Amino acid sequence: MIRQEDLREDILNGELTNLFRWFLGLPEDSLSPFPGLMAAGVAVGMLVGFVALSAVFFIWLERKVAGRIQDRLGPTRVGGKFGWLQTIADGIKLLVKEDLIPRDADHILFRLGPYIAFCGAFCAFIALPFAQGWTAYGTGTGAFAIGVFFILAVMSTEVFGIILAGYGSGSKWSLFGGMREAAQMVGYEIPMSLCVLVPVIVAGSMDLGKISANQAGWFWEWYVFRDPFTFVAFWTYFTCATAACKRAPFDLAEAESELVAGFHTEYSGLRWSFFFMAEYAAMFAVSGVAVLLFGGGWHLGLPVWTLVGLSPELSQVLNWPSNVLNIGNAINAGVFIVKCWVLVFVQIWVRWTLPRLRIDQVMMTCIKYLLPISCFLMLGVSLWEVFARPYLGDYFKFVLAGLVLISIIITAMRVFTTPMKLPTPGIDAPWGPRIPAEFTIKRS
Amino acid sequence: MTLHAALFYILATVTAISAIGVAVTSNIVRAATWLLFALASTAGIYFLLGADFLGATQLIVYVGGTMILVVFGVMLTASGPFVNMKVGAAEWAISLAVGLLLYSVLAIVLLQIEPPSRNIPPNHTLLPSKHIGAALLGSSSSTPEAKVTGLRGGQFIPRTRVSYLLPFEIISVHLLVVLIGAAYLARAKRRREDVA
Repeated sequence: MIRQEDLREDILNGELTNLFRWFLGLPEDSLSPFPGLMAAGVAVGMLVGFVALSAVFFIWLERKVAGRIQDRLGPTRVGGKFGWLQTIADGIKLLVKEDLIPRDADHILFRLGPYIAFCGAFCAFIALPFAQGWTAYGTGTGAFAIGVFFILAVMSTEVFGIILAGYGSGSKWSLFGGMREAAQMVGYEIPMSLCVLVPVIVAGSMDLGKISANQAGWFWEWYVFRDPFTFVAFWTYFTCATAACKRAPFDLAEAESELVAGFHTEYSGLRWSFFFMAEYAAMFAVSGVAVLLFGGGWHLGLPVWTLVGLSPELSQVLNWPSNVLNIGNAINAGVFIVKCWVLVFVQIWVRWTLPRLRIDQVMMTCIKYLLPISCFLMLGVSLWEVFARPYLGDYFKFVLAGLVLISIIITAMRVFTTPMKLPTPGIDAPWGPRIPAEFTIKRS
Repeated sequence: MTLHAALFYILATVTAISAIGVAVTSNIVRAATWLLFALASTAGIYFLLGADFLGATQLIVYVGGTMILVVFGVMLTASGPFVNMKVGAAEWAISLAVGLLLYSVLAIVLLQIEPPSRNIPPNHTLLPSKHIGAALLGSSSSTPEAKVTGLRGGQFIPRTRVSYLLPFEIISVHLLVVLIGAAYLARAKRRREDVA
């Protein structure tokens, strides 16, 4: 229940605000707006920094992964052996590049597009909990009760920026890209939202923090293993989320083989890089939602703390010194970020493995397959919770988690033991020993 | 001035300026962009008031709505690269008359209402959405019993027991009419030469 007279006081009660109250020597119940304002400023600064840094990291990762998949090395020179500084060099290049606005463009809309796209993707981070209570908005006692709905809502504004860019460029290629993006997003939002509803039905809450806290303990407590419907919902959600980030195989808005570069054909320099910051931010955000809803959130899945007889929540164990700095929360946030990175890696992997679909195939995948599947999943999970669960109990999750674990182990063993055939002789396989020349393809 | 008041004034100014922008812009896509800002800052006011669900709904419904508006605006009205709407004198007159009429109604109602009283009884809480949802389904046991606020003299009268199903259905039918209208507008007007 919300008291009518207290307005948006959540930011004034957050952990960060308490830190500033402690720092400024103010009492806990002081109503001065300064600690709240400072906390809001710091939270925004931290989030912007995190989004920008992870974009830098993801761009480097994308180039390396693309290199390995295409049997080349990717960046190797800038910043040492692994090309760590390649993205920084790219960034400097984009900063000094000439900022062009085409003569036929609608200047205001052309300038506005990248910012709206970035704002839409960035706003999702406001409601993303990195650990127990570590949310920019609605921290502390009053958790953000509709977090996942808010994220879906603000992520949908990103498309508007893309469409404005496509329309405002005054170029037919851009307009095609923007219109495709509109059609694609209007379609894919529906199965994505329906798949998000599946764990929401299971948890009975739209609060991402609460959903994640429900999955504490061993990894079979994660919602992805809970019943067959949540298991399928995870994969369906991830497919829709990949399409929502306009990543290949759903990157029809760019489609450089048909549309030059799609919606950002006319963009250069810093404005162009805003679109890419938005894309990588959105990738992390949708992966974060997937981890929080299905993948146990910030929980490791191996409750070593429970084994030694402590509380299952790390944040309650390593709470030192009394609410000012919570080491348990910091470790949990690290676990969460690593899990998100894994899912972002999968998105990159899929992009460089699968060919791009045609626009009619993209729409068909959504309307003929993903939409009915997600409707069925929502119905199925409701029926499972009402009818199957009282009889089967909680045992199904052990079966599903065990099967998934066994298949992961078998796949890993096959990958790490079977020699991989390479097109060129004399180069080491990514794993394992050098392959004898008789197993490789001879070149004349 | 408190933090909330300052934020409210900023958001209200943005909303008002964007709303004027919608009215005076002749380029259809720019007008839609102004509309986007007006609706988004309205959502900001909802967030400021603590109505998170309403704010997020405002974003997801209206931003999606404006997006469709842009697409339809471009697809259905574009004959050249950037579309400008030409407004005649008669249209100006009619829209000004309607706008002034609406404004006067709102202003009269606003002047009759006193600002919300500071001394709200301590047990007076906003309703959780669960009760509203149950009431929408016609369940009379959880019909909202919120009190009407902002009345003259600061007195509270309990709201009468109403079932919200009928207004809800009327709105749905209205939306259906809008949908049919949109489908009619978007219908491709092709001649079926192969049949005739």
